[in-house]
Amino acid sequence: MFGWLVWRDLILAWRRRADVLATVFFFIIVTSLFPLGIGPERETLKTIAPGVVWVAALLASMLSLGRIFGNDYQDGTLEQLVLTPQPTYLVVLAKVLAHWVVSELPLVVIAPVLGLQFGLSENSLVVVIVSLLLGTPVLSVIGSIGAALTLGLRAANVLVALLVLPLYIPVLIFGSGAVQASVIGSSPQAWLLLLAATLVVSLMFAPWATSAALKISVE
Amino acid sequence: MSNRRINWYKYAAPANFYPLAGKMIPFFAVPAAILFIIGIYVGFFVAPTDFQQGESYRILFIHVPAAWMGMFLYVMLAIYAGIGWAFNARLASMMAQAISTTGAIFTFISLVTGSLWGRPAWGVWWVWDARLTSTLILMFLYIGFISLQSSIDDVRRADRAGAVLALVGVINVPIIYFSVQWWNSLHQGATITAKSFKMAPSMLAAMLIMLAACWIYSIAVVLVRVRYIIREREQEAPWLAEAAV
Repeated sequence: MFGWLVWRDLILAWRRRADVLATVFFFIIVTSLFPLGIGPERETLKTIAPGVVWVAALLASMLSLGRIFGNDYQDGTLEQLVLTPQPTYLVVLAKVLAHWVVSELPLVVIAPVLGLQFGLSENSLVVVIVSLLLGTPVLSVIGSIGAALTLGLRAANVLVALLVLPLYIPVLIFGSGAVQASVIGSSPQAWLLLLAATLVVSLMFAPWATSAALKISVE
Repeated sequence: MSNRRINWYKYAAPANFYPLAGKMIPFFAVPAAILFIIGIYVGFFVAPTDFQQGESYRILFIHVPAAWMGMFLYVMLAIYAGIGWAFNARLASMMAQAISTTGAIFTFISLVTGSLWGRPAWGVWWVWDARLTSTLILMFLYIGFISLQSSIDDVRRADRAGAVLALVGVINVPIIYFSVQWWNSLHQGATITAKSFKMAPSMLAAMLIMLAACWIYSIAVVLVRVRYIIREREQEAPWLAEAAV
């Protein structure tokens, strides 16, 4: 059931490739706007790179949150999924996993290229990848709470931003902290460990909150 | 509040709580007003001028209580929302809704007075200090709760969705707080810490009186708000038509 659900979501996403690509291009465009707004000085760009990449990743992943449950909610599939004998926790986990693969993994892949634009060293690029790999699942799973709470509401997209962005702050701090540490030449290990801890804790608790929110929204 | 604890079940019904709240409001509103007057008098005329900060430190008499209330009320909000969700207690959810506005206002006041105080004391309106930043995030959490509740038309769903959000938020508050603190220690250059100054007894007294005033004021104003919310939500109830006269 878990694997089936993940597979189904992946196929559905594949059939709507344009949506996925839109998120990736949003990420690319947002990060490219910063040098245009701030100026091409190499040192400045290097200083702001960690924050820019992470903030853009935050915004891009927030944009795609509506897709976790939105379509299934509209055609009634979600209701059936909640009614199945399997724990809703697993349903949530499967959908979050699929969302991460579809919407966040491309960001992780593309981020090093954007890092090059900002003049990051190879060492820092590795940290960018690792920190995004650890951090983006947290974004997906915490974002799923907001997505579940705002199902079927008017102005759901704006509302999701209000609800979810404050909760993203620790991830932003740890993630960009790690990259920043590597840029100034110290060890990013502490930040990455914190990020990993956040990942473990949020994977344990957030799906539970999401399934509670789903049951409230669906009934 | 002790009244409600004794006859919890009786006064958990809005029909019974509504008149009780109406009777309780003066008992909190009047002391709050008196304490505010005393606190402001002590704060402005009795407490000595601070030798470092001059007169401007007096804004802390409202700033510190407001910041405390902002944080405390968020916890109360989460507790009430949680009770309302777990036990399906309508009144507790209404209390949560009533608290949210008051808490947001206190948080806002503490941010504004903080920056008014920061200008003369630190020379800047705003610093990205750990405490300021986490208060700002607390404000965001309040705004999220209020806007979620107001954008759901179905009252029952609004209450429960708000409860999930409040509980997630309250678990996140310590994580956010520590992450902001660590973030702050990373950027050492920007940190400006308040110099700890010894308090004269009258300063401490003014602070405590103002804290008590804010506390009692919160109770009074939450009761007023919850009465309005009851009136709004129970429009159809026959008891309200009788009580409103």
